Amino acid sequence: MNFKTRLGLGILAFFTLIAVIGSWIAPYDPSAMGDDLLSPPSGAHWFGTTMTGQDIFSQVLVGTRGVMVVGLVCGVLATFLSILVGVTAGFLGGAADEALSMLSNVFLVIPALPLIIIVASMLPSADTVLIAAVISLTAWAWGARVLRAQTMSLRRRDFVEAARASGERTWRIIVFEVLPNLTAVIASGFVGTVIFAVMLQITLSFVGVVSLSTWNWGTILFWAQSNQALGQGAWWWFVPAGLCIALLGTALALINFGIDEYANPRLRKVRA
Amino acid sequence: MTDVALEAKGLVKTYKRVRAVQDVSIVLRRGRVTALVGESGSGKSTVAKLLARLVDPTAGEILLDGKKVRRVREYRRKVQMVFQDPFASLNPVHTIRYHLTRPLKIHKRPETVEQLLERVNLPADFASRYPHELSGGQRQRVAIARALAAHPEVLLADEPVSMLDVSIRLGVLNLLLDLKERLKLAVLYITHDIASARYFADETFVMYGGQIVEGGDSESVTQKPAHPYTQLLIESAPDPERAVVALDAPVEEVAAVSAGCQFAARCPKVQARCWTDAPPRSDVGEGHWAACWLYVEAAA
Amino acid sequence: MTFLLRRGLFYLITLWAAITANFLLPRLLPGDPVQAMITKLGGRLNSDAMASLYILFGLDEKKSIWEQYVDYWGALARGDLGLSFTFFPTPVADVLSQSLPWTLGLVGVTTVIAFLLGTLMGVYAGWKRGSWMDSLIPVTTFLSSIPYFWLGLIAISVFAVTFPLLPASGGYAAGLVPEWSGEFIGSVLEHAVLPGITIVVSSVAGWILGMRNMMVTVTAEDYVLVARAKGLSQKRIMFAYAARNAVLPSISGFALSLGFIVGGALLVEMVFSYPGLGYVLFQGIGAKDYPLMQGVFLVITLAVLVANLLADIGYLLLDPRTRREG
Repeated sequence: MNFKTRLGLGILAFFTLIAVIGSWIAPYDPSAMGDDLLSPPSGAHWFGTTMTGQDIFSQVLVGTRGVMVVGLVCGVLATFLSILVGVTAGFLGGAADEALSMLSNVFLVIPALPLIIIVASMLPSADTVLIAAVISLTAWAWGARVLRAQTMSLRRRDFVEAARASGERTWRIIVFEVLPNLTAVIASGFVGTVIFAVMLQITLSFVGVVSLSTWNWGTILFWAQSNQALGQGAWWWFVPAGLCIALLGTALALINFGIDEYANPRLRKVRA
Repeated sequence: MTDVALEAKGLVKTYKRVRAVQDVSIVLRRGRVTALVGESGSGKSTVAKLLARLVDPTAGEILLDGKKVRRVREYRRKVQMVFQDPFASLNPVHTIRYHLTRPLKIHKRPETVEQLLERVNLPADFASRYPHELSGGQRQRVAIARALAAHPEVLLADEPVSMLDVSIRLGVLNLLLDLKERLKLAVLYITHDIASARYFADETFVMYGGQIVEGGDSESVTQKPAHPYTQLLIESAPDPERAVVALDAPVEEVAAVSAGCQFAARCPKVQARCWTDAPPRSDVGEGHWAACWLYVEAAA
Repeated sequence: MTFLLRRGLFYLITLWAAITANFLLPRLLPGDPVQAMITKLGGRLNSDAMASLYILFGLDEKKSIWEQYVDYWGALARGDLGLSFTFFPTPVADVLSQSLPWTLGLVGVTTVIAFLLGTLMGVYAGWKRGSWMDSLIPVTTFLSSIPYFWLGLIAISVFAVTFPLLPASGGYAAGLVPEWSGEFIGSVLEHAVLPGITIVVSSVAGWILGMRNMMVTVTAEDYVLVARAKGLSQKRIMFAYAARNAVLPSISGFALSLGFIVGGALLVEMVFSYPGLGYVLFQGIGAKDYPLMQGVFLVITLAVLVANLLADIGYLLLDPRTRREG
């Protein structure tokens, strides 16, 4: 494992830890208003305070959980869907493949953000889990496409034919012969989906279509934006949350490079 | 004859516009090896896949012990296949044990993995290894053991040694011969190497352009080849005492389906009617025939 | 031609799917937000506007779903997308036709720039693999991991608030009238700089990485090796042999990721209060203006599909294999 991959895993582990313990180690109640209004970072408030005196450091700590939960739930759901659609299409071929490929391409081409905004704002209560489910429904298509292509190249391999010749049933061939060979692709698709889901959830929170009752990094940015933090020069209100998003995204992308390099030896760094 | 295990009648396989196999009939008998010889693109591997029921024929029928078998699994209990490339035919993520346990379970056979390994002369501790830890010859032995696990009557071996080092080919072929004797297997041996057919097979069929052009007992076919294509094959087989004669026409030129003989474009003894009429089979010896106009004159 | 026909058919099906989703969503999801809005507006809606909202949102429960669907298509065919609540009583179609050119201009130009720039840098990074260019990867990864809108916020805070060099919001200076004058066009360009750079910076990284990886794969191919063996110049091998083949997946990737990029660009518009579809959508969200939001979705989908078709034509010109198929 190279340095980049380890760095990515390290950052991910850090945020996972914060997601678990964040609400216990937060120095303040993230929603409690305080006396220091819109004060820059200080010893008492590491990331400064909001217009109503809420502690931004506590908001970031507490908000980590919402981000990670949505990422994980979407990652699992969407990866499951992409395996179901992609591997089935690639293995069966023919008309089933045409139909399933068409379905995933339609989902890919339709701009997801405006559609999800509409769905989220029509839902009577857009809580975290519901949003995660809605995001999953739009996030599976890319993975399905990649998996389909990989499955197609595996389908004609001799070991699949050999398994058929020895009398294996189709579902067993898919699950026990083809799927284990797709591990790297599935893992990389999972990580990619988590990135997509985290970004989308934060975006939805920022835009204000998601319930603001639970904290995540996007809600912090929503309040910062709606209180004109920018115009008042309160950079500390939106910089920490944004950096956390970028750090988490980078960590996941680095992990994905690691998986890609593992799966595709040509991308491995040449040693002089 | 009761020793017939598998009989294919008039097999045809068409892919889009290409006729990979046209009207192939072949009989496999218990305790006998039948060789199917041809160059790449001749359709011999497609015949193997048709007989293994990995692809469905466009026309024709396959009889197992004189009967049509509708259920694929029942068919596969009796007809097993060994693939050409032992590096591709074993799944890299599974151990040898997994590869051998599966057919035992599927076909409800009582043997153990160790017994199967012993049958192909591999040590029992190979069971826990992965394919990449084995040599090509060892892998091919595993592939043979997997095929035997089902207790088949028929073994289809698609170029079983062509991907192996020359030094170990004989070992694998001898293993197949030995198993054939002991288990009374009907073996189809597919190869591009006509010299090995003489050594290994009782009967030899030569395939060209999707058709069988010559057939008979191996000795006659390889020693007294009748069809010009078989003659070319034998002349071009590497032999230190003879200069190599190359088959000079490019393959794609020949692939076009014509009304006449498939081999006309490359045949050194081509006649006018070869281009327009397909040659019938003519007997050229005892149990030895060729599909060539050269012998129609002689018979008539 | 077969290729284009197939693609065209696919886009028609996609459009049908998008329109049908638009039709079904308000009917499937619980709650009747539009009904509530109509009640609130009360007598200010005239009967025509009321009728079209009934058709678009399925409030007329006496009709079967099939009749509603036919009516819905009829309304769309007339270009009737209902009235916007936010910009009451302007029809949604009018709001969209005013904001669409801004989005097409900003997003279209920046996406093309980002694609060309990123592809070129990717070609170079892939060609010079193992050099200092490799250290660009973590940096570009970081940049691509930043949400578009947050980068926009930072850009505003640095270049408009801390150092007031460029305008922070709007499409042109207040007080100017849209016309073909030097002053107006200058103002438009000035206002487009920050949002434009934001979109380019956050979307360029994806193209760099994709192209680099394809280049690395392609440079190992035999035909590149042969080109080297023939002694062709480095530049010629790099562009005419390696890049020419590596760019094909990039173009098909372009088509498929366009929907995603447009989503990000809409957010940039929101942050910069740029008078395009994104900002309109943002205002619609606040007011629960469903006719407007759905109209934006349809128009964006249509635009993405047209852009896809253009990308397909580009692909056709570059890849002789698809040409021969036709």
